Amino acid sequence: MIDPLAVGDDCLVLSQQLSGWITRAPTLEEEVALANLALDLLGQARMLLSRVGDEDELAYLRDPPQFRNCLLVEQPNGDFAATVLRHLLYTSFLYELYAANPDDEVAAKGVKEIAYHRDYAGLWTVRLGRGTEESHRRSAGALGALWPYTAELFVTEPGLLAPWRAHVGRVLAEAGLDPGEMPPADGTPGRDGRHTPHLTEILAEMQSLHREHPGVRW
Amino acid sequence: MRLEEARRLAGEVPDPELPVVTIADLGILRDVRERPGGGFEVTITPTYSGCPAMDAIRDDIRRVLPGATVTTVLSPPWSSDWITEEGRRKLREHGISPPGAAVSLTLSARCPRCGSLRTRLVSRYGSTACKALFACADCLEPFDHVKEI
Repeated sequence: MIDPLAVGDDCLVLSQQLSGWITRAPTLEEEVALANLALDLLGQARMLLSRVGDEDELAYLRDPPQFRNCLLVEQPNGDFAATVLRHLLYTSFLYELYAANPDDEVAAKGVKEIAYHRDYAGLWTVRLGRGTEESHRRSAGALGALWPYTAELFVTEPGLLAPWRAHVGRVLAEAGLDPGEMPPADGTPGRDGRHTPHLTEILAEMQSLHREHPGVRW
Repeated sequence: MRLEEARRLAGEVPDPELPVVTIADLGILRDVRERPGGGFEVTITPTYSGCPAMDAIRDDIRRVLPGATVTTVLSPPWSSDWITEEGRRKLREHGISPPGAAVSLTLSARCPRCGSLRTRLVSRYGSTACKALFACADCLEPFDHVKEI
C-alpha cells in the first residue's frame, strides 16, 4: 500500500527543491533535465494528494508539522553533487516502492518515469565520484551528510531495504564512494511531522503567492 | 454528429507540444463513445504524469466536440509503443527521432536528418519530459528523440 499523503508530500517537496535549479544549473542540458525531473514528481504528487483532498489546499495551506514527507527530501539542494546524491538515495527507494505496488495506478505509471530518474542520478553519481578530486570530495561529503536520513524510509517499508541497498550499493561502489553502515533509524520524524528548519524555508517560498493572494490563478 | 465523425475530429487534435502529430498518432486518445443521454465521452491518457499539455488537450477536444466529456485515465500506463507508424513517420519528417521498442533503455538513436547511427546522447531529458537530446556525429545536427518508456 502506498500512503498517498506521505509519498505525495515526498514528491511535492522534492519537485519544489529541484525547481530551485532553474536558471542556476551547471549547464543548460542539466537545467532542462532537472526541470523535467521536477515535472514528473509534481505530476505524481498531484495525483497522490488528490486522493486525500484538494491538491491546492494541501500544497498551499498546510504548515510544516502537517507535512508527512521524509527528512531526506527536505535536505538542501547544496551543490550539484548533493542534489544528485539526494536524488539517487530517494528515487532508488521510490522506484522499489512503486515496483512493489503494481496495482496502484500512480505507481504503475510512475515506476517507468522513476526508472529514468534513478538512472540519471546513478550516471551522475558515478561521473562525479570518479571525476576529479574535487568532485569526489564533494560527493563523499554529500553522501555522508545525507546517509543518516535514509534510515527513516525503511521503518514503514522494511521489505524494500534489501533491494534498495543492493542497487544503491552497486552504484556507490562503481563511483568509488563508501557510505559505511546505516545508522539505526530514530523513528519516522518526517512522517510524524517533526521536520528540520529546511522545510519551513521551502514552504515559505512555495506558499507565499497563494497565501498573499488566496485562490490566485494564472 | 455520428460517432465516426466524432472519433475523427477528436483524433485530429494536434498535440500542443508536438503539433506535427495528433493525439491519436501519439496514443493519448484512448476512446470516443456516445453517452447514453447524447453527446460524446472522450477518454485520454497522459504520456508522463506531469505532462503540462493535458489541460490544453482537454480544451482542444471540447472545442472540436462542444459539450463532450473528457475523462483522463492512468491505466494502462502510456507507452511509447503506442505511437502509430503514421506518427513515427511524421516525427521523422519533422526532425524528431521516433522511439524504438520500449523493452529497454536504448542508448543509440538514428539521426532523422541523415540517417546515421553514429549519434551521441547529449542529455536524457530534452525540450519536454518525453524527449531526450541527441547529436549526430556525421552531419553534426542536434535533434530530439522521443524516449522509450
